[in-house]
Amino acid sequence: MSELAANAPLPAQSDKKADEFAYASQWQLTWWAFKKHRLAMIGLWVIGLMYLIAIFSEFFAPDDPFKQNRRAVFHPPQMIHLIDRTDDGLRIRPYVWEMKRERDPETLAVSYSPSGDKVYLRLFGRGESYKFWGLWETDLRLLATVKPRDKFFIFGADRLGRDMFSRVMYGTRISMSIGLVGVAISLILGITLGGISGYYGGRVDVVIQRLIEFVLSLPTIPIWLALAASLPPGWPIVLQYFVITLIVSLIGWTELGRVVRGRFLAMKNDDFVVAARLDGASEPRIIFRHMLPSLTSHIIASLTLAIPLMILAETALSFLGLGLQPPAISWGVLLKEAQNIRSISQAPWLFIPGGFVVVAVLAFNFLGDGMRDAADPYGQ
Amino acid sequence: MIWRYIVKRIIWMVPFLFAVSVVAFLLIQAPPGDYLTTYIAKLGESNEVLDQATIDNLRRRFGLDQPLYVQYLKWVANLLQGDFGMSFEWRQPVSDLVWERMGLTFMLSFATLLFTWAVAFPIGVYSAVKKYSIGDYVATTIGFIGLATPNFLLALILMYIGVVYFGTDVGGLFSNEYKNAPWSMGKVIDLLKHLWLPVVVLGTSATASLIRIMRANLLDELSKPYVDTARAKGLSEFWLIMKYPVRVALNPFISTIGWVLPNLVSGAVITAIVLSLPTAGPLMLQALLSQDMFLAGAFVLLLSSLTVIGMLISDILLVLLDPRVKYE
Amino acid sequence: MASDVDAPILSVEDLTVGFGMRQGMLEVLHGVSFELRRGQTTAIVGESGSGKSVTARAILNMVPRPGVILGGRILFRPEAGQEADLTALDPRGPAIREIRGGRIGMIFQEPMSSLSPVHTIGNQIIEAIRLHRDVSKKQARSIAREMLEQVEIPKAERALDQYSFEFSGGMRQRAMIAMALSCHPDVLIADEPTTALDVTTQAEILDLMARLQTELRMAIMFITHDMGVVAEISDDVVVMEQGHVVEHNDTHGLFAYQAHPYTRKLLGAVKRLDEPATEKVRHQHDADDILRVEDLRLHFHTRKGFLQRTTDTTKAVDGVSFTLKRGESLGIVGESGSGKTTVGRCIARVYEPSDGAIDYDGVDLVNADGSQLRGYRQQIRMIFQDPFASLNPRMTVKQIIAEPLVVNGVAGGSELEDRVASLLRQVGLDPLMMERYPHAFSGGQRQRIVVARAIALKPKLVIADEPTSALDVSIRTQVLDLLLRLQAELDLSFIFISHDMAVIRYFCDRVAVMYRGRIVEVGETEQIITDPQHPYTQALLSSVPISDPSQRGTRQRHRYQENA
Repeated sequence: MSELAANAPLPAQSDKKADEFAYASQWQLTWWAFKKHRLAMIGLWVIGLMYLIAIFSEFFAPDDPFKQNRRAVFHPPQMIHLIDRTDDGLRIRPYVWEMKRERDPETLAVSYSPSGDKVYLRLFGRGESYKFWGLWETDLRLLATVKPRDKFFIFGADRLGRDMFSRVMYGTRISMSIGLVGVAISLILGITLGGISGYYGGRVDVVIQRLIEFVLSLPTIPIWLALAASLPPGWPIVLQYFVITLIVSLIGWTELGRVVRGRFLAMKNDDFVVAARLDGASEPRIIFRHMLPSLTSHIIASLTLAIPLMILAETALSFLGLGLQPPAISWGVLLKEAQNIRSISQAPWLFIPGGFVVVAVLAFNFLGDGMRDAADPYGQ
Repeated sequence: MIWRYIVKRIIWMVPFLFAVSVVAFLLIQAPPGDYLTTYIAKLGESNEVLDQATIDNLRRRFGLDQPLYVQYLKWVANLLQGDFGMSFEWRQPVSDLVWERMGLTFMLSFATLLFTWAVAFPIGVYSAVKKYSIGDYVATTIGFIGLATPNFLLALILMYIGVVYFGTDVGGLFSNEYKNAPWSMGKVIDLLKHLWLPVVVLGTSATASLIRIMRANLLDELSKPYVDTARAKGLSEFWLIMKYPVRVALNPFISTIGWVLPNLVSGAVITAIVLSLPTAGPLMLQALLSQDMFLAGAFVLLLSSLTVIGMLISDILLVLLDPRVKYE
Repeated sequence: MASDVDAPILSVEDLTVGFGMRQGMLEVLHGVSFELRRGQTTAIVGESGSGKSVTARAILNMVPRPGVILGGRILFRPEAGQEADLTALDPRGPAIREIRGGRIGMIFQEPMSSLSPVHTIGNQIIEAIRLHRDVSKKQARSIAREMLEQVEIPKAERALDQYSFEFSGGMRQRAMIAMALSCHPDVLIADEPTTALDVTTQAEILDLMARLQTELRMAIMFITHDMGVVAEISDDVVVMEQGHVVEHNDTHGLFAYQAHPYTRKLLGAVKRLDEPATEKVRHQHDADDILRVEDLRLHFHTRKGFLQRTTDTTKAVDGVSFTLKRGESLGIVGESGSGKTTVGRCIARVYEPSDGAIDYDGVDLVNADGSQLRGYRQQIRMIFQDPFASLNPRMTVKQIIAEPLVVNGVAGGSELEDRVASLLRQVGLDPLMMERYPHAFSGGQRQRIVVARAIALKPKLVIADEPTSALDVSIRTQVLDLLLRLQAELDLSFIFISHDMAVIRYFCDRVAVMYRGRIVEVGETEQIITDPQHPYTQALLSSVPISDPSQRGTRQRHRYQENA
């Protein structure tokens, strides 16, 4: 019945709109199709925000994520209130209720209760100074206490009294970027091997296909575990980071390779590619000018769907203690703190990094689904 | 015809398993040093020192002084006779350690697979037939969340709920009294009581993706002309959907066993560690960390074989179910 | 044909169907009325989007969602004195299901996708029988076998246990007909049943339907867009355009006089193709040969397994020889699988021929190397069948047409734009459109862009592979006329590949008839059409529907069976 829909009289369009359509490039058409996908748009916003956090972690974090505070062990999360009810009436300014630490004299168990005082906060306030990207020194923070000596814990504190919110902000940087870097490695492997396989076909294709099948048939997690376990402890964080990313991207490239190969195979004999060959275009020109533009949107969509897998993989490895090691901070490293059933029953806010994982993965899936649907605006 | 195909596929598995064995061996050899270095380091922690002669002696006894390929060939030769070698750490034959755990791993994966299918199939069909209904939205939402939640996080949350709200530890596969008891009716029932949690934890993400696959496939099939043909015959709506599009959409669904089973086996490793299940995962992790190479190697090899078997089963099922798949 | 004068078996009265869209209800049928009578064939004619298929589905009360029947009645009178309004029945209820398949059968356009790929033919027919007739499985099976025999499927018993993909297109459609007729319905609705088939197969299916109609005395509603088929089989004609019935007449009357301009347009486009184009320039008979093809072969190998062993060989082109004179148009006609497209692609060296010689202006193209080939590809250009697939949707019209000029270093800079503009003018398009993307153009306009790209390098030989078969009939002649004009202006030689004898007759000086990878006959177009020598050519020509109902039955239909 699609012919019906296609031939249905379009609602009266102004000439300008029709003109815009006639001159619209691939990316404009894709964007128009994408915009209609509401969940995907939400995903785009969420991911945008997360990468913003990843880039400006220091700014978003109110405190140094490594600073231990024995007086704030397992400090519970505090709500930020906006409307301040004072004797002078209502005022809009952010504050949290201060918590007092008490120790039960018999059991020696620590508990926190509101002291009744308010800790006032300031947007774009001055906190402890830090070196932004290790480049220049500043003390600008998104949120800071008005009095420098006050503390506040939006997501609570961990067993060493470190501010969870700041730690999650820093973890965002590593977790979100591992996905990107991993995907970049997958992209190179996948496009090269998939492209070669699909474009040349024949025996090369068979060999690469067997290789992909073999890699796919290896049980991923045991292999990761084995690979990750073989990393010598005590490597510098940067090196750990790259090796873990490499391990994680081992999954991504096979799928991408298959997608690219399939598309190349199908497109190789498309009339417009044959036409380009008959026009006298050289092989590189055929591949890069005629074939790749049709593939890019599909590739980007596949990449978007591969990123969450890598985030999940890193989280799982670090959770088991085989991925990044403290003092590195990623969502997985943070969740490792939640491994102990006793600590989470005492401090359920240690689950919060898990919430970030779920939201990020969901957002990437929505975005990827929307992109996949919009990837081919020509309805082939 | 079908037997010839199966035999051919099984023969194909041989070079595959050979490659797997090479990878497994290289993996367990990859860490710098060997079991002895780890062992010496461990002893060093408790201030014991081994003299060089003892070390050389041990190294010779474990065959660690020989070149890699000799070690590999020996390993494979023993494997072919069903001998997985000795575990350094446990000082026991590896085969004594792995089989029960592999058995439980397989059983857990298989139970999860059945659970996954039993849940995903009806929900997927419903979602596709009642596209954009409230039920469809609910299923899709749950599916997405299931997909986005890592297994171990789900396990932790369920354990947290168990401890905080019910005051029980829901981990493990057996109650304490059965842990080391021989198999009996009581033990089996106890196992079934504990099984649901790991099955739910493990099955959620696979269920979520199967629902999506089933829904997408069925939606494709529902608009095919043969559905119109069946309707024009006078078939009732329910039967025509069950007999035609669902039947066709079932093929890709069934063939997912090829990756669902390996994924479950794989995923079970982490879940088992969190839930402290007596399956392959925790022991393998321990063996990897202490470079107990024969034990770790046996696990990597056996888990890989499970994967290959899963793919074999799915290929055979597909041939049985779909007349279009030609076999020669 | 027998014509009853009693009450029509089915009357569609003022049928209105709408689709519930987000913007509101979109009406697609606006009060359609017509009648079907026992033993008569009523053709419903219209171009795509006219609402033919929706009408057919509305009769069985199975308009696909989000479609709804908004008004009107469909009165069905299976026996004298009985009358039921089909639109009033519950679309999922037992009453309408009793009628579907039992009293009214339906067959569809795509015989491949209309049969389930995972159930045997027998299973599907037996199901249809047992839904409406109280018989045992065994009885149903023997009825199914008889039905398959009735539709002339060989080895019926074996065919019952086969799957649809093991059948050829024609056999599948026969099986569909067997299924639709298995309960001896009073009405058969055929929705473009022969559109996807080759012309010889189409003729056989039409014959079969006509025979079964007289045997079973049923009413047939035949949906088609092909006026030739209408003239061949129908008793009366309903012409539809955008959801309206614009004309309704008996077939002879309609072909003699068309009251509505749309009908005139439909028929006029067909009529023009009945004879050679008047604009055709006759090439000079003493011209020299521009192309000589000798014993051309192309065998495709199916390779399997790790070692890529050849397991199967298809002889797509199996020893083809012909010559083409300068300025001449040679048609290559044949049905699907005859190898005609492959021959064209071998000459353009899209495919590498396995054997044989292609002599172009004294040079052997088969052995031409890369740089030589580049040169000849400027002189030999190609026009493709599907103007949607052959234009890269991601490039503007200017980029597409300029591509051959750019990569061959013919033009650049501002000159490039002038060249593209003049090329666009030459093919009848506005140069102002050059910055647009292909998706802004209709099928006919796109094909003009393809032509502009083909002539950009001032070629000498153009290989046109079914350049008009993806286009609506009325646009076909426009594109053919354009090619004829360009041929005269640029002194082009054409190899014109088509399955459509009428198009070949309109355009070509000579024609080669291909069958299974070989040329069975070659000669002057008019001579081949009026006096075919080879039995396959005779069968092919006798299968082409004649768009003149008065000539119906005057010609002997041939069937060609190759002695294998």
